Amino acid sequence: MKELVIISGKGGTGKTSITASLAALAETSTLADCDVDAADLHLVLEPTIQTSETFTSGRAAEIRAADCTQCGLCEEVCRFDAIADFTVDPLSCEGCGACVEFCPVGAIDFPEQDCGVWNISTTRHGPMVHAHMNPGAENSGKLVSLVRQEARKMAAQQNSEFLLVDGPPGIGCPVIASITGADAVLVVSEPTLSGEHDLHRVLELAAHFKIPAMVCVNKWDINPVMTDRIEDLAKEFGAAPVGRIPYDAAVTAAQVNARALVEESAGEAAQAVRDMWSGICSKMH
Amino acid sequence: MKIAIASGKGGTGKTTISCALALAVPGEVTLLDCDVEEPNSHFFIQPTIERMEKTFSLVPEVDTEKCTGCGECARVCQFSAIISMGKKTMVFSELCHSCGACARICPEGAITEVEKKTGMLTVGKKGSIRFISGKLDVGQAMSPPVIRETLKYASEDGLTIVDCPPGTSCPYVTAVKGCDAALLVTEPTPFGLHDLKLAVDTIRELGIPFGVAVNRANGEKNPISEYCEAEGIPLLLQIPEDRRVAQAYSRGQALNKVMPELSDALVSIPEQLQKLAEGRPVHEGQGVLV
Repeated sequence: MKELVIISGKGGTGKTSITASLAALAETSTLADCDVDAADLHLVLEPTIQTSETFTSGRAAEIRAADCTQCGLCEEVCRFDAIADFTVDPLSCEGCGACVEFCPVGAIDFPEQDCGVWNISTTRHGPMVHAHMNPGAENSGKLVSLVRQEARKMAAQQNSEFLLVDGPPGIGCPVIASITGADAVLVVSEPTLSGEHDLHRVLELAAHFKIPAMVCVNKWDINPVMTDRIEDLAKEFGAAPVGRIPYDAAVTAAQVNARALVEESAGEAAQAVRDMWSGICSKMH
Repeated sequence: MKIAIASGKGGTGKTTISCALALAVPGEVTLLDCDVEEPNSHFFIQPTIERMEKTFSLVPEVDTEKCTGCGECARVCQFSAIISMGKKTMVFSELCHSCGACARICPEGAITEVEKKTGMLTVGKKGSIRFISGKLDVGQAMSPPVIRETLKYASEDGLTIVDCPPGTSCPYVTAVKGCDAALLVTEPTPFGLHDLKLAVDTIRELGIPFGVAVNRANGEKNPISEYCEAEGIPLLLQIPEDRRVAQAYSRGQALNKVMPELSDALVSIPEQLQKLAEGRPVHEGQGVLV
C-alpha cells in the first residue's frame, strides 16, 4: 500500500476536487479526509456511514461556584486569559490544567472534551475514513492522526493499492499530523504570487520531514509565466512537476453534481488529471 | 473597532477582501495578517517595512543539578511535553503549550522557562495603512502563539482589520476571538456553502455578530444568498466571477484596481459591521454587479 497525501499550503487550490478524481482513477484505494476543520470530500463521494464514534481529547477546566473562595489564583496562573470573574471561557481554555492543579480548595473540575465524531464509510470508490470537528473544538492534529491511523488499518485490511489522504491547508499541526511518515505528498498549487509563496513554505515542510513531494499547478493558464516559476521552484526542492490542469468550468459543474471531475467530464482539465495520475503511479511504483 | 475577515474554507478571498478594505477605507487603518501559516497580504499592500520582530514561546529548561527526578512536572503536564524517567527529565519543546505549570510545580525550583523562537512579525506602513504580518516558522506545529503576538498590534481606538486563517479550530478561534464583528467570505459552490455553515456554527458559538461576503458570484441569486436569506444572515458584499480578478490576484494586484466600482461597497462594510456589532439593522446586498 502506498500512502499519498494531497496538500497545498494555500487553501482553496483544489485539493479536494483532485483527491476525488484520483479516488475515481485508482483501481483500489482507501480514502481519508484529514481536513477535519472543513471536510468536504464527502460532498463528492457521498459516503454511507458504517460506524461512527465520538472523538474525545483533551480536557477543559470548569469552576464549581459553590466551592470557589474567589481567591483569584486561577486567573493569575492562567496564561491563556481564559478565566475572568471566577468563570472559565471554554473556547479560550487551553486544557493545560494549571488552574486545576493550583486551586487551593480543589474547586475546579477538569472533564474530558467531546471534540467531534469520526466515521468509517463505504463509497463508490472504496472505503473512507472521515471526521467532523465540533465548532471551535481543539486538538484537530490528534483527530487527524486518528483518522490516518484508522485509514491505514482499513487500507491494509482491504489490500488497497493506494491510501489517498485529502489534507488540510497551511503548514501547522494538522498538516504535520497528515504527512509524517507518508510515502509521498502531492502539492496542489496555483499560478499566483501567493501560491508560489505558500508552495515554498509547504515544500520546506515536506523536506523537513523528508517526504518526497510532487507538484501540480491548478488553473495554470490563469498565469503561464507564474506556472513556469512554480515548476522551477518545485525542481529546486527536488519535487517533480507532475501536471498542469487548465481552468475549466467543468470543475465546478462536477462539484455541483457531486461527481469527481473525471467521472463527469471528458474535457481538457479531466484529461490533464488522468495524465497526472499515470505520472504519479509510475513515480510511486 | 476590530473586524475579522474569516472563512471555513481556504482560498475563498479573505486576503483579497482584507487588503481591498484596507486600501479603500478613508483614514488610518491597521491591517493584521493573522494567517500566520501562509501569510499573503504583503503582496497586495506592498508596505514599506519598518522592522522585523521575532516571536517567542516559553518552554521549560531543566537544571539537572537541582532536579531530583520526582516526576511532578511530568504528572502536571497535559501535553506530554516533559517526561520523567528515573533521575532523567526530558523536554519535548514542540509539544509544549507554554502553560508554565511544570515550572510552578517543581519543588526544587529546577525548571526555568526560556524563550524559543516560533516565528517572525513584519511591521510596516503603506500610506494610511499600518501593516503587521505574522509568520510561523516552518516546522513549528502551533500557530496560536504567533497569532496572539500579531493581535497585540490592534489599534486601540481606530479600525483594525484581521485577516484570519482558514478552518474552524484553534487558529481561527484565536484570531476571531476579541473581534467586534466578522465578515465570513465564501464562494457559491457546494464546498463553499458547506464550509460557510461550519464557520457560522463556530462564530455563533463565539457570540460575534457577523455578515457574509460572496466571492466569484455568478448571479445575484446563488446558493449562498439563498442560505443567508433563510438564516437571516446579512449579505454585505457580492464580488462577481471575473477572470480579470483571478489574473490580477495572480500578479499581486489589489481588487480595487480591477474593480474600482466596488469601492463604495467596500467603504460601507466597516459601517455595516459597526451597526451589526451595536445590534442595529443593516443595509444589505451591496456590491452586486451582474
